[in-house]
Amino acid sequence: MDIVFFILTDGIIYGAWLFLVAVGLTLVFGVMKILNVAHGALYAIGAYAAATALNGGLFGDVTGIASLVLMLAGAVAVAIILGPLLETLILRVFYDRDEVVLLLVTFGLSLMLEDIIKMIWGVYSYHVSGPYAMFGNVEIGPLFYVGYDFFIVLLAVVVGLSTYLVLNHTNVGKAVQSVIHDNEISRAMGINVSRVYLGTFTVGVLLAALAGAFTSPMLAITPHIGVNAIILSFAVVVIGGLGSITGAAVGAVVVGLCRAAAINLWPEAELFVIYGVMSLVLLVRPEGLFGQVQQRKI
Amino acid sequence: MTQLKTGPLALSAIALAALLIVGAIVPEWILYTGALILAKGFVVLGLAFLLRMNLVSFGQGLYYCFGAYVGGMLSNAGVTDAFAVIIASALASGAIGLLLGLFLSGYRGVFFAMFNLALSMILYGFLLKSRSLGGSDGMGIAAPTYLGYAPSSDARLYAFFVFAAVCAVVVCHMARIYSKSEIGLTSASVKDCEIRLEYVGLSVRYLIVFNMVLASALAGMGGAMVALISGHIIPELAYWSTSGEFVFMTVLSGPNGIVSAFGATAIFETIRLAAGQYMPNSWQFVLGGFLLLSIFFMPAGISAVLRRAGPPKDETLEETRNG
Repeated sequence: MDIVFFILTDGIIYGAWLFLVAVGLTLVFGVMKILNVAHGALYAIGAYAAATALNGGLFGDVTGIASLVLMLAGAVAVAIILGPLLETLILRVFYDRDEVVLLLVTFGLSLMLEDIIKMIWGVYSYHVSGPYAMFGNVEIGPLFYVGYDFFIVLLAVVVGLSTYLVLNHTNVGKAVQSVIHDNEISRAMGINVSRVYLGTFTVGVLLAALAGAFTSPMLAITPHIGVNAIILSFAVVVIGGLGSITGAAVGAVVVGLCRAAAINLWPEAELFVIYGVMSLVLLVRPEGLFGQVQQRKI
Repeated sequence: MTQLKTGPLALSAIALAALLIVGAIVPEWILYTGALILAKGFVVLGLAFLLRMNLVSFGQGLYYCFGAYVGGMLSNAGVTDAFAVIIASALASGAIGLLLGLFLSGYRGVFFAMFNLALSMILYGFLLKSRSLGGSDGMGIAAPTYLGYAPSSDARLYAFFVFAAVCAVVVCHMARIYSKSEIGLTSASVKDCEIRLEYVGLSVRYLIVFNMVLASALAGMGGAMVALISGHIIPELAYWSTSGEFVFMTVLSGPNGIVSAFGATAIFETIRLAAGQYMPNSWQFVLGGFLLLSIFFMPAGISAVLRRAGPPKDETLEETRNG
């Protein structure tokens, strides 16, 4: 019985982290129809920005809530600089191309960003240890969990709810939903679609950087951390349905639980269980659990 | 009409002779890179068949890696003849392509790309944890022989280059015949409108499966060749970034090219080598920038640029197909 409890707890913690990483990817696809392969590199840049903000010495010895605020500020700075830059200079040039071509464009972008990381921060690993110990340990049954893990769960809930509320209960969100539904009709109705694209991509970058910034205390930051994040995010958003925020949440929990079950019961299968589930979902429901069926065009 | 039949054969012979002469005079590292380019070119050629149907596989590493491991295991089991190894690898990967094609033929766009990626990552995860297949270290492979001829260690590289060049010329010739065949031409029209094709009685699903089998067989063949030349196989052959590189080369080549598949591979490998040599920490930056520029300036690849630059063709079908 204990093992079920461990799997559930580990699965929810890991699922929350996965949702944080994947929510920006699914938002950008939902609105712009771009499967952003560079999302992983943006996540890595967010982690480096947080490390620089905390370890750079610019703000002295930062501890407590102030360190969380600095990590958030690092993510916001990345979004403000890179979001508009990448959208206007690169993506906008290719909007009239096929979805698959846009996927390749972001693949090229991810290659470039990975080396830009090396040019700015070098190839050595960075560590941000302070915030990880901030929340102490939590004793659940016979096991101790790091309190920061539960902060990540809380952060994922806040990000998920905020995204949901903005999309469904604000005028901006309604404009975005209109663009998701039909961007040509939206343009005819007076919605500035270019601005919606710019805003959505910048928010997508913010969400990727935010995930990276708040993950930075949990691991050694290297230029390649984004690769792991992006391949897991792909599985999450494809399982949940590309473009669906609810789907990303459900997909993240499914992947989190499957991975936790594999680690506890069959460690060798950790990676291929995730992709096995993804293949199974695609076989049964090609558009993902919450994806919308697309009509064939004549 | 006579020119159509004899021209390509004569060109193939000239290309083969040129490759063999150049191979005999260049330094060993260029010869090794050349052999690698020829081997990877097969994978790119297969992906180009899919790209003609507007299908992009981000998991071609699955068939490439599977072919390499089949070739590696055969070599280590005593089947060292390179011809037997690549034929067996092509058949094995083609069979996997047929099996998976029956499921994957119902998917399009990013779903097709992502489903392939998932399957290749399953193989990668399996190989990484499989101790009997060497795990993350992979395993070494016995040196190949050629129809009973076992070259000395000095002649081994050139012998492999000759073998790869002969295979490349033969496969290019067969790919040209296929591209001009009825099934090749109808496959290329899948991207325009599937429903119209089905309306005139053609099975789009059959066409996709057929091209997937071709692409996976070519990937398996390329994988086995890379395994034979490097003498080592590792799970990274199935990793998604390996597949991404192949897609990169295919976009650079363009969907309608045949020889350009090898040309694009050569350009990619040369840029990677040069960038790795002179900018070791920024070779990915150079490659990424090159990919963006090539998508922007050459959306139909180098094959289209060469076709525009070359003399006008007489063949009406060819012109119709390429717009």
